[in-house]
Amino acid sequence: MFVVTAIAILITMALALVRAMFGPTVFDRVLALNMFGTKTVLLICVVCFLTGRTDFLDLALLYSLMNFIGMVALLRFSQFGHFREEAAGN
Amino acid sequence: MTYIVIPILALLALTAVTGARIRDLWAAVMFTGIYSFLSASWMLILDAPDVAFTEAAVGAGIATFLMLGTLALTSRTEKSSSGIPVLPLFVVAITGGALIYGTLDMPHFGDPKAPVQVYPDPSYVEKSQEDIHGVPNVVTAVLASYRGYDTLGETAVVFTAGIAVLLILRRPRPPVGRSDAAGQQAEAGS
Repeated sequence: MFVVTAIAILITMALALVRAMFGPTVFDRVLALNMFGTKTVLLICVVCFLTGRTDFLDLALLYSLMNFIGMVALLRFSQFGHFREEAAGN
Repeated sequence: MTYIVIPILALLALTAVTGARIRDLWAAVMFTGIYSFLSASWMLILDAPDVAFTEAAVGAGIATFLMLGTLALTSRTEKSSSGIPVLPLFVVAITGGALIYGTLDMPHFGDPKAPVQVYPDPSYVEKSQEDIHGVPNVVTAVLASYRGYDTLGETAVVFTAGIAVLLILRRPRPPVGRSDAAGQQAEAGS
């Protein structure tokens, strides 16, 4: 059962990669990258249960955090074009 | 495991080629993020969770920020080159061939007789409990105590590199043409 799940997740990753390649707009690519990160988290969980080493599940948590922070940074960059703080106070 | 490893490696190769060929640098940054996620999960499958941890934190996290910060300072599209660069292609092919030739006499993955398992001395694994007064993880004992000075040096190098990058990418000073009061206010607010 885990094998079928892993193969399904890999197919979804391939589809997300195709969308990231051909995606005409920025937001197609952002969504594809976000989906890719989520699928990586799921794949790590499935591999953990497949090999019986569930202590690697912490890594999946770290990946989802990284994915979230990266998404916020990407969207902020595409909105403002820089990472500087807002010109507040002057 | 093969049916997971082979698709991951195929996706890695596909991501690398696409990221190298794409002209929109913003999309190329995203492909480096995808590459980091893929290679981190591959390292996890190879039973190297510490390397995978570092790859996820540095590759997918910090490197994406740094590249986006660099894009903010430069342009977003790459200049198109004309013709096939023959000499770089030749150099890359030679280097790749040499690397593949170098892997031919390497021991198999997980071979118990490999030099890395036998040579420094297996007694590190047996004696680290007494030597380091009960640190349960052998990797931690080696990194933080047996090789403590080495780790300190690595930390100094990484710290220096971080300071250099921060100095390069920090916000520019407010323009000179302003009146002094506005300039001081801007500096106080930053």
